[in-house]
Amino acid sequence: MATEKRDKEEEEVKTDDGSLKIKPRPIVQLGIFLVAHSPVFSVVFSAAGVLALLILPLLAKNTYISENALMPGSARSMLSNRDVSDGSKLVKDIKNYRLNHEGQGVEVQKLIGKYMSEMGAEVYYQKFHPEGNQFHPLHFFSGPDSYTLLDNVSCASYGVNVAGIIRAPRGDGKESIVLVTPYDFINGGDYEALSLGITGTLFSLLARVTWLSKDIIWLVADSRYGDYRPVAAWLTEYHSPSFKDSDLLKCGELNTADKFRRAGTMAAALVLKVDGRSERFEDTLSIYAEASNGQMPNLDLINVVNYLAVHRQGFYVKVEKVVSLLSSSWLKIIGEIFEAVGKLAHTLNPDWNFGIPTADYLEGSATLASSLYSQALGIPTGPHGAFRDYQVDAITLKVSPRFPPDSKTRQHDFFLRGAKLLEGTIRSVNNLLEKFHQSFFLYLLTSPSKFISVGVYMIAFALLVASLPMVAASLYIDGCKALNNSTLNPAGNFKSWKWLDAAKQVFALHLFGLIVTLLPYFICQVPGQHSPSNRSIMWGTTSSSLLLITFATIPGCSPFSSRRHGTNWAVLKSVTISAAFIGLCLMSIINFATAEIGALLLVPTCLIVQPIKPALRSRRIKSLLGAFCSMVLLTIGFPVMLFAISKGLFGEGLVGLSLGGEFWTWLESLWAWKSATYLYIGMVHLPCWLLCLCILFHPS
Amino acid sequence: MACLVRSWIPLLFLQSFLVAIAFGSNEGEEFSEELLLKPLPDRKVLAHFHFENRAPPSNSHGRNHHLFPKAISQLVQKFRVKEMELSFTQGRWNHEHWGGFDPLSSMNAKPVGVELWAVFDVPQSQVDISWKNLTHALSGLFCASINFLESSTSYAAPTWGFGTNSDKLRYGSLPREAVCTENLTPWLKLLPCRDKDGISALMNRPSVYRGFYHSQRLHLSTVESGQEGLGSGIVLEQTLTVVIQPETTSVETNMQPSWSLSSLFGRKVVGSCVLAKSSNVYLQLEGRLGHESKNVDTEIEAHKLWMNSDFDLSLKPDRVIRESSSLLFIFDIDKSSDSEPFDLGLTWKLPSKWSCEQAPLHASRFLMGSGNERGAIAILLKATESQEKLSGRNLTTDGRCTIKANIFQIFPWYIKVYYHTLQIFVDQQQKTDSEVLKKINVSPSTDKVSSGMLEMMLELPCEVKSAAISIEYDKGFLHIDEYPPDANQGFDIPSALISFPSHHASLDFQEELSKSPLLSSFKEKSLVRSYTEVLLVPLTTPDFSMPYNVITITCTIFALYFGSLLNVLRRRIGEEERFLKSQAGKKRGGLKQLLSRLTAKIRGRPIEAPSSESPAAESSFLSSKLIFKIILVAGAAAAWQYFSTDK
Repeated sequence: MATEKRDKEEEEVKTDDGSLKIKPRPIVQLGIFLVAHSPVFSVVFSAAGVLALLILPLLAKNTYISENALMPGSARSMLSNRDVSDGSKLVKDIKNYRLNHEGQGVEVQKLIGKYMSEMGAEVYYQKFHPEGNQFHPLHFFSGPDSYTLLDNVSCASYGVNVAGIIRAPRGDGKESIVLVTPYDFINGGDYEALSLGITGTLFSLLARVTWLSKDIIWLVADSRYGDYRPVAAWLTEYHSPSFKDSDLLKCGELNTADKFRRAGTMAAALVLKVDGRSERFEDTLSIYAEASNGQMPNLDLINVVNYLAVHRQGFYVKVEKVVSLLSSSWLKIIGEIFEAVGKLAHTLNPDWNFGIPTADYLEGSATLASSLYSQALGIPTGPHGAFRDYQVDAITLKVSPRFPPDSKTRQHDFFLRGAKLLEGTIRSVNNLLEKFHQSFFLYLLTSPSKFISVGVYMIAFALLVASLPMVAASLYIDGCKALNNSTLNPAGNFKSWKWLDAAKQVFALHLFGLIVTLLPYFICQVPGQHSPSNRSIMWGTTSSSLLLITFATIPGCSPFSSRRHGTNWAVLKSVTISAAFIGLCLMSIINFATAEIGALLLVPTCLIVQPIKPALRSRRIKSLLGAFCSMVLLTIGFPVMLFAISKGLFGEGLVGLSLGGEFWTWLESLWAWKSATYLYIGMVHLPCWLLCLCILFHPS
Repeated sequence: MACLVRSWIPLLFLQSFLVAIAFGSNEGEEFSEELLLKPLPDRKVLAHFHFENRAPPSNSHGRNHHLFPKAISQLVQKFRVKEMELSFTQGRWNHEHWGGFDPLSSMNAKPVGVELWAVFDVPQSQVDISWKNLTHALSGLFCASINFLESSTSYAAPTWGFGTNSDKLRYGSLPREAVCTENLTPWLKLLPCRDKDGISALMNRPSVYRGFYHSQRLHLSTVESGQEGLGSGIVLEQTLTVVIQPETTSVETNMQPSWSLSSLFGRKVVGSCVLAKSSNVYLQLEGRLGHESKNVDTEIEAHKLWMNSDFDLSLKPDRVIRESSSLLFIFDIDKSSDSEPFDLGLTWKLPSKWSCEQAPLHASRFLMGSGNERGAIAILLKATESQEKLSGRNLTTDGRCTIKANIFQIFPWYIKVYYHTLQIFVDQQQKTDSEVLKKINVSPSTDKVSSGMLEMMLELPCEVKSAAISIEYDKGFLHIDEYPPDANQGFDIPSALISFPSHHASLDFQEELSKSPLLSSFKEKSLVRSYTEVLLVPLTTPDFSMPYNVITITCTIFALYFGSLLNVLRRRIGEEERFLKSQAGKKRGGLKQLLSRLTAKIRGRPIEAPSSESPAAESSFLSSKLIFKIILVAGAAAAWQYFSTDK
C-alpha cells in the first residue's frame, strides 16, 4: 500500500512538468480531419453521389430465377384449339351483345358469368361504390380501410364485378392465384375485349387440368370508374368484409347479398390488359410493377413473366421509360464517356467489362429514371397496386397486339400465345410451396431483364447524404467561434446551448410544415363546390398568412428582423442541415426513391446557401456566383416550381394559369393514394426550403 | 410393389389356411365388405368402400384372432381405447354438389389431412398419457406423422362441441399431412383379404388417387358385453370414400356420363373375399322417386326400375330398396367369378338433373385483415335451399323455430385469439351474445404449452339467411427452431367443425333390411356435421436463407457493443492522460530510473521482482514479434492472392 501511494504521488508530480502532446484516437482524428476540410469533402461526396447515380445503369445485373420451385417453362403447354375457340366465342358473344344492346344493365356481366359457370367455376357478382377513400390525416399510414360504407349510398352509380373461382381438384383450398381483367362493360373498346378472350381461353384450360394445387380466381373488374377502384373494392370485400347491412346490395335487380366467395390466401395476382396496337413488329408486353409508396413485387414474379414472354412466346417485353431522356444530348455524352472508359479499362485488363454501349446506357438510364420516378411518386402504376396493400405480389401485364382488333386469323394466334404465357406463369406460381420470398423486394429496373439491388443503389444516396453531418459539424464550430467573439454576455456564453435559438426556429418552421400538410384536409371540408385552382389559392393564402404569423410571433424566426444579434446564420444552417439529414434518412427507410430524388434537390441547396447580403456587399465574383447558384437552386426547390419542371420534363404541356389547380390535383392524388411523398414534401422539403430561404436573406 | 409380389404366394397358402379356420371355428368373428356407388349431380361418381370387422367379447387376453387384425386389438387393449376414429383425407368435400345432409357425407366428409379422436376408458389423469402413446402407436402403424399430435399444443379436449359428450375425449388434426399410398397400404393390411380379392381388389392406386376427393377412415369402438368376467368386443369399421370423374367421350355437357366399374377403377371384381360373411355392392340413385310407380311387386315393374328410358344398368340387381328420396339397388357379388366378373355399369340415356340434400346451413371460414400483425377469423353460415324443408322441426318452448349450430374450433397457440372480440351478425344485424349464443366454452391457449379451443352453440331463427361470426387474433412469434420446414408457406389453422345437434341424418328405408352393416349404419341417426376449410396464416418468419449474414451482423454488433462498453467501464481518460505524461517524463530517466525502482522493489518485495521485470524485458521483444506477425499475415495474404488468381 505504501509503495502504491508513493507511486501515485510520483505520478502526480510528474504530470505537472510533463508537456507531451497527446495524440487522440485515430477515429477521432479522422473525424476532425473531415470536419476541418468539410468544404472539399462535401463537394467530393456530393459529386460522387451524383456520379454513382449516373453509373447505376452500368452496374445493373441480369435477373435470374431465385426460387427453384418456380421452374418456368419446364412443362409443356396444354392449351388446345378448343380452349382458344371457347375464348374467341366469348369475345364474339360480348361484341355481338354490345352491338345490339345499349344501356346500363348487367347483361354483359351475366354473359361472362354464364361462360364461367359453364366452365365449371363458382361465379358471383359484386357491387361496389365508385367513391374511393377520402383523405384523412389520422389514417395516413394505417392499412387498407375496413369496409366503411356510407349510409346514404345512391344507386345512381355503382359498378358490378364478376368473379369466378376454379377449385383445384385435389387442392386443400388454402391458397389461390388471382387473374384480373379490367373491362369497361359500357364503353369498353375492341382491344379491351381481347383481354377477356385471353383469360377466357386460359380459364377453359384451367377448368379441366388436374395439376392445380391452388384455386384460381378470375376477376373481371368493372373499369367504368377506373382500373384501380373495382379491384380495390373487391379486395376490401375479400379481406375485410362488413357483415352489416348496406344499401348498395339492394340496388338494381341483381341480388349479390351473401354470394361472395373466397379461396384462401392469395399467392400472387396477375392483371392483364390489352390496349392499343403495338408500334413494333412483334406483340409488345409492358410490365408494370410499382405499387404504393415504391413497394415492388418480388423480382421472381417479373422474372418468370419476362422469361416466358421472351424465351417461350416471343413477345417484345418492355418496362416504362422516360422517353425524353432518350434524346437528351448530355446523357448521350455521359454515355459515350462511360463507353470510352469501359473500352480503355478493357484494353488494360480483359477481365474488366463494365463498359456498355451508349445506346444501352441511354435505354438503361431512361428506364431507371422512370423506375425511380414511379417509385418516388408512390402512386401505383396499375390495379396491381391494390394487391400490394394486402402483401400479395402482383404485376400488371399490358399487351399490345400487332394487328387490328378485328383480324380473326391473327386473333387466334394472339389468344394462344397470351394464354400460354399466363398458363406458364400460373403453373410456376402453382408450383410454389412457400410464398414469394427468395428474390429481391427492393430493386430498380433498368430493363425487363436487368435490375439494381438495394445494396448498389443506396451507395449513391449514402454518398449524397454523407456530406451533411460533416458540414453541419464544421458550421457549428464556426458559428460557436463567431458567437464567442461577438457576444460579451456571459450568460450567452453557455457553450452547449448555442444551437437552441436556431433549433427553435427550425422547429417552428417544421411545425408550420406540418400544419400546411394538414391544411388540405380542412380546405376539403369547406362547404360548397370549389375548383382545384380556387382550393389551391385558398391553401396558398392560408399558408402564407400562417407563415407571416409564425415569423411575427416567434422572435428571431424571421429573416427580415433587424436585430443584429439574432441567431448566427452558421448555427442556423448547421441545425437546418441536421434536420434535413434526419428527414432524408427517415424518408429513405419509408420510400427510398423519394429520398434519393429529394436528396438530389435538397443537399446542394442546403450546402450552397449563404446570406446574400455580405456576398452583394463584397462584390467578389466567387461569392456572387455562390449567391446566384443558391438563388437558382432555391427557385427550383420550391415544390410548385418543381412540379412544373417535372411536368415539362415528362413532355406534358404547361398551362401557366392553371398551374395552381394542377398542382392541387397532383397533391390530392398523392394523398388519396396515401403516398408518403406527400408527407415528405410537406414535412421535410418545405421546412428545409423555407429555412434555406431564411439563411439566404439573413441580415448578418 | 416388390414387397407385394413377394407376399403373394405365402398369402395364398395363408388364405386357404385361414378359410379353414374361419369356417371351422364358431367364434363369431365377422367380416363384411360392401361398396356403395352413387352418381353425383356434378357428373362425378362417389364410391364408398365399407369393411366391417367384428370381434366378439372374450375373456382371454392375447388370444388368437382369426380375422380380426391383431395390431388393432392390441392397441385397444393396451391403451384402453373405448372409441377411436382416424381419417386420412385429400381434397375437399363439395357440400353443395355432393350433399351434406345424408349419413354418408356427415360421416365421411372429413377435413384435409389427418384427423384423430379417441375416447379412453382410463382414469382421468391417465387420458393424456394414453393419448400420447396411442398417437405414437398409430404413427408407426399407418406410416404417418400422427406422432406430432402428441404435443399438447396440437390437441384439445372438447367437452360438448364435438358431438360426443365425454371428458375422456381427445381430438387433434394435422392439416398439412400429405396422404398417399403409403398410408393406404397399412390400412389395407388390416383387411383379411387385403386388396387381393373381393371388393377391395378394385382399389387400383392410380384411379383412387386421381379422384377429386378421397378419405380413408378407420373407426373402432368397443362393445361392452355386459357379462361378468368377459372382456369387450371390438367393432372395426374401415371406409374409403372416393369421388371420381368418369372419363367421358360425349361432348354434351348436360348429359350425365356413363360409367362402369372397370372404367372407373380399371379393374373388375372377380368373386368376393372368401372370408367375408357378406359382400354386396349398392348403387344409390338420388332424386328419382317421383317418376317411379309405388309398388315394386311384379317382376316387370322391378325390371322397369333398372332398365328404363332414363338409364340402363348392365346387371340385374338382386334387390331394389326404396328410400324416402332415393333408390337403392343391391347386388350380391358372390356369383361372380373369373369367367364372369362383376362389372356393374350405368348408362344414361337422357339428361337428368337432381340435387343433393344439403345441411341446413353452409359454413365457410376465412381470414380477415392484412399484414403481419393482427387479423380476424370469420365463419360465415349461409342458408341453403334445403333449409326451408328442415325448418320447423325444432320448436323451442316459447314457440320460436330455431336452428341450433355447434361450432368447435381449435386455435394453435401462435394464433392469440381475443375471445372478447367475438361478434355475431345475423342477417346483417349485429346481435348481442345473449340473443343467439346459447352456450359457449372457451379454453384459452398458453404460449408453447397448449392450444386454445372454442366451443359455441348458436341458436338461430329458422328463417335466417346468413350468420357471421368474427373473432380477432394476434399473431405470435415463434422461436427460430420452432419453425417447421417451409415456414414461409404460412401456418395452418385446423378446420372448424360445424354440427347441427338438432338435425340428424339417416336413410329411411321402407322395408326391413338384411343384416348389412353399411345400411344399418345409414339407418341410424347420425349428427349432421360439416368441416370448414383449413386456413393459412402467414406469420413473420426470419430470413432462414441468410444465417451467415445474421451471424456476421450479430457478431459485429456484439463486438462493437462489448468493446465500447468495456472501454467506457474500464478506461479512465484522465488517468490515462496522466499515465501517458508520466511515461513521457520517465523517458528522460530511462533505464536508470527503472533500475532504481527495480532495486527498490526487490528490497521491499522480493517475490514480485520477476513479474514486474517481465513487461520491461518483453517490450523490445514484443515489437519484433509484432513485426513478425505483420510479415506473416502479409505473406499469407500474398500467397492467397497468388494461388487464388493463378487457378
